[in-house]
Amino acid sequence: MSVSAPVSALRPHAEQSYADELAALAKADDRPRPPGWKLSPWAVTRYILGTTLDNGTVIAPKYIGSRRIVEVAVATLATDRALLLLGVPGTAKTRLSEHLAAAVAGDSTLLVQGTAGTAEEAIRYGWNYARLLAEGPSADALVPSPVMTAMAEGRLARVEELTRIPSDVQDALITVLSEKTLPVPELGTEVQAQRGFNLIATANDRDRGVNDLSSALRRRFNTVVLPVPRTADDEVEIVTRRVAELGRSLDLPEVPTSMAEIRRIVTVFRELREGTTVDGRSKVKSPSGTMSTAEAISVLTNGIALAAHFGDGTLRPADVAAGVHGAVVQDPVSDGVVWREYLETVVREREGWDDFYRACREVSR
Amino acid sequence: MGRVDTDRVHVLGIRHHGPGSARAVGAALADLRPDAVLIEGPPEADALTGLVSELEPPVALLAYVPGEPARSVFWPFAAFSPEWVALRYAAENSVAIRFCDLPAAVTLAERGQAAAAGPEEAADGREQTRIDPLGVLAEAAGYDDPERWWDDAVEQRGQAEPGAPSPFPAIAEAMAAVRAELAPHPVDGREARREAHMRRILRAALRAGHERIAVVCGAWHAPALLDHPRVADDDALLRGLPKAKAALTWVPWTHGRLAAASGYRAGVRSPGWYHHLFTVPDRPVERWLAEAARRLRAEDQPVSSAHVIEAVRLCESLAGLRGRPLAGLAELAEATSAVLCEGSELRAGLVHDSMAVGERLGSVPGSAPTVPLQSDLSARQRRLRMKPAASPRDLDIDLRDDTGRQRSALLHQLRLIGVEWGVPRQDSTRSRGTFREAWTLVWTPELDLALIEASTWGTSVPAAAAARARDLAAAAGLPRLTLLTEECLKADLAEAVGDVLAAMTARAAEDADIEHLMAALPPLARSARYGDVRRLDSASLRDVAVGLLARVCAGIGPALSGLGDEAAARMVTRVDGVQAAAVLLGGDAEQEWLDALAAAAVREDVPGRVCGRAHRILHDTGRLDGAALADRLGRATSRATSPDRAAAWIEGFLSGSGLLLVHDTALLSLIDRWLARLAPEAFTTVLPLLRRTFGAFAAAERRAIGEQVRRPGRGAASAEWATDDIDTGRAAAAVATAAAAMGIAAGNGGGN
Repeated sequence: MSVSAPVSALRPHAEQSYADELAALAKADDRPRPPGWKLSPWAVTRYILGTTLDNGTVIAPKYIGSRRIVEVAVATLATDRALLLLGVPGTAKTRLSEHLAAAVAGDSTLLVQGTAGTAEEAIRYGWNYARLLAEGPSADALVPSPVMTAMAEGRLARVEELTRIPSDVQDALITVLSEKTLPVPELGTEVQAQRGFNLIATANDRDRGVNDLSSALRRRFNTVVLPVPRTADDEVEIVTRRVAELGRSLDLPEVPTSMAEIRRIVTVFRELREGTTVDGRSKVKSPSGTMSTAEAISVLTNGIALAAHFGDGTLRPADVAAGVHGAVVQDPVSDGVVWREYLETVVREREGWDDFYRACREVSR
Repeated sequence: MGRVDTDRVHVLGIRHHGPGSARAVGAALADLRPDAVLIEGPPEADALTGLVSELEPPVALLAYVPGEPARSVFWPFAAFSPEWVALRYAAENSVAIRFCDLPAAVTLAERGQAAAAGPEEAADGREQTRIDPLGVLAEAAGYDDPERWWDDAVEQRGQAEPGAPSPFPAIAEAMAAVRAELAPHPVDGREARREAHMRRILRAALRAGHERIAVVCGAWHAPALLDHPRVADDDALLRGLPKAKAALTWVPWTHGRLAAASGYRAGVRSPGWYHHLFTVPDRPVERWLAEAARRLRAEDQPVSSAHVIEAVRLCESLAGLRGRPLAGLAELAEATSAVLCEGSELRAGLVHDSMAVGERLGSVPGSAPTVPLQSDLSARQRRLRMKPAASPRDLDIDLRDDTGRQRSALLHQLRLIGVEWGVPRQDSTRSRGTFREAWTLVWTPELDLALIEASTWGTSVPAAAAARARDLAAAAGLPRLTLLTEECLKADLAEAVGDVLAAMTARAAEDADIEHLMAALPPLARSARYGDVRRLDSASLRDVAVGLLARVCAGIGPALSGLGDEAAARMVTRVDGVQAAAVLLGGDAEQEWLDALAAAAVREDVPGRVCGRAHRILHDTGRLDGAALADRLGRATSRATSPDRAAAWIEGFLSGSGLLLVHDTALLSLIDRWLARLAPEAFTTVLPLLRRTFGAFAAAERRAIGEQVRRPGRGAASAEWATDDIDTGRAAAAVATAAAAMGIAAGNGGGN
């Protein structure tokens, strides 16, 4: 898999965007590294959580949240147990898994995207049928899966949305994780995992029931549950950082984004998600959507694009109102009631929120 | 005087309740074989050390001011406390024990002053934040959490081999360095007085000719005991200290109370873990996780040995990542959740938290001096003239007078803390009034023990009961909480009621089961009324009850549909209960409830029995007049309705009393017509239901209904009877009395 120049890529990989930080950390890192690791576990946690190195290099935080969670995840990868990241949508599971792979193995591209249609070939290996017919089974006709590649080269493989993969296909992972080998009976050989191989899977526990993991597979994983951001300040921090990052990578014109606007969107999302107002005084109905941090980020990014191209260059309530409405009202009937009730009972009475209230009323009419 | 002779004096600087310190103290004592042990604690307790061999930790030394039991101080000791290890060593080897801290009399007197000056915690807290010796050392070692540093450096030094050098000289040196660092802020005030007193006792022990003296005290004080100032300076510090009268005793303690950050030297966050560290012979991490797995299996969670192995490995690699010598409680918690519970934080939390506290209750022999709770109780018993007796005695209490109320409150408070001196008696002549209570009183020897156990909750009966109620409220479900409110009110614990109510409001918001809410409401509404009888402010109680009723009204609609036969029967009792509560609450709340009921009553998906009951309530409260009710009954019994449903409707409607049918002939004829019209098979189906309904009525009612049906003209019964030959003159007096009793003006009676 050749890596193309990051400049033109719409979304560069983590190891491309943060190549400088990784290099600086590798240089400063004098702790023992497990076999196959590019950095020591200690340096990996610093890469994820952010820090300032002795030589002044600033490492930006990639995951904002509990240090505990990151430490458990890294410690798991340092053993030969696989890591399962669980959480509701938008809790940075994929992001964390990508950055872990980038820091540990220097490569986050060995990825299997789980879908209802993921076949066993995506986890084990497939065939180049033209060659298979022409030459019969041979090593050259074999098309290795990302998991097989990772095993052979002692790197990290990632499986996204594990629970969306059909159960029988999921179970192909059991041999990989317990025996650390992948037999190829057609060739009479096997691929043994090299030291440094491990697997990070993510799964969504909202639709856990889709294809729940068999207990045999479950037992091969250490499970880390990623929570929704604990405090409003954490969430504002996450949103601000991501919005700025995305704006830069999408080359959006600079739009002065007031902290107040970000805080307001985060407040709306948190209140609807948790079912109470921030002051804890009154209850709020929760809509059917997840109201995740990721959605708040996309609402703001979208708002910035609107402000830049069609507005006056400043992020105004009107630019985000439509986005918020779309994120909240997934089911037109029941969520509509929830949103209107929230607007009338909470937003309307809040001081300084008149513009936002009017803009939202405009949209939901 | 300068340095003390270190051949004669060995200062063992410890962390209070540190298992590693305790092990080290045990080893050091066995090595030193001292002939006197000095321990940080109130010197008045010297007289109580004879009981040590009969105590089972956790226990606490309790000092209190006699006659004023609310003023008290506790010195808790757990099995893993270094002080306890020293006490046990001294008791087993008949070595002299001296407590060397400031006398409890002084501490209590200071408490009194502090309480007079302002909140005592403020004063204590300031003193602690000014000096944080561990913080300074931990920072020097690169730790952000001083507790963790101490754990790593001292408490978890692996399993020290028998020949390992004692850590105490090094600890004393480190502390001396820290104290020098803090020199610009010299030790002053209370801390200085404490150290002066420790030195005074130490000098006395030296003068008494002891050859090897071991001093067990907080590490912070170690340097002060090794390097003495002049005697005159110490004497000056200790001159003229305030003193209160102090009485001391041992009381049983619990790990839970040790974990609750309250009182002197308490605030051990995880006594269960420390106990584990101190008591297991080896491999604490493996044993801990194996125990966690055992507990999970006991709850039917599939946890295999492979899980435990992986959890141990995760612990080790986490400890390595964090640079700790041995996995600690934090690593264990994370491994429990990530491996043993496969990511379920909730399940992991339950197991882990209960293990971390490791609840256990200490015990104290009966020969220990009386606890203040006992003296408080006997003072109250004398004042209220309630002598405890071993033979059962009946007591009737009139709540309308002051003594009666206080007696009742005392009995209820004792019940709350598990001392069942009085048991409520079902009175045969019990009136419906709420101003009387009937009790049976027996004092059994077990109650003395129960009282000692209860002394962990507080030093006076009301305080202990309030503390216990708060503790119960923290864990109780909704129905239990309302009962608890009632108990608190009866026990006259006004302040605890506030906390229980707060817990209830929170629980009501979480609880989605409407039946729970309905079950919780009646006792609460009753309490609101009790509050009146006992002259309590019942406004807050009423508010909570009204809030609960509002939640019931909001949720009653969906809760009524799709109920089975049994569930419907239960729901009828619930509805009746809520109705009674709504009447007690009155006002808008009652009207809203009736509105909600009226809306539910006409729905087809609500079971017939509940519909019938709802109609009865609406009729009885005047929401539905006779004509409308006849329409509804007609509809309920019309051909299109299945006979089952109709019969259930009638059962719900009539349950309790059939008198209505005697007086309202229109209803009776509707039911009669429905019955006559039924097809034979349908009649057989509904017969058992109808039998059940009518069988529940009193015989006289059944006869009256029967006569009414047989009567050819079907005129209203009352009208028929009115024409009977009644001597109104003779009846007038009885009617007037009845009218007065029922609270209606005499003139209204004639209309019916």
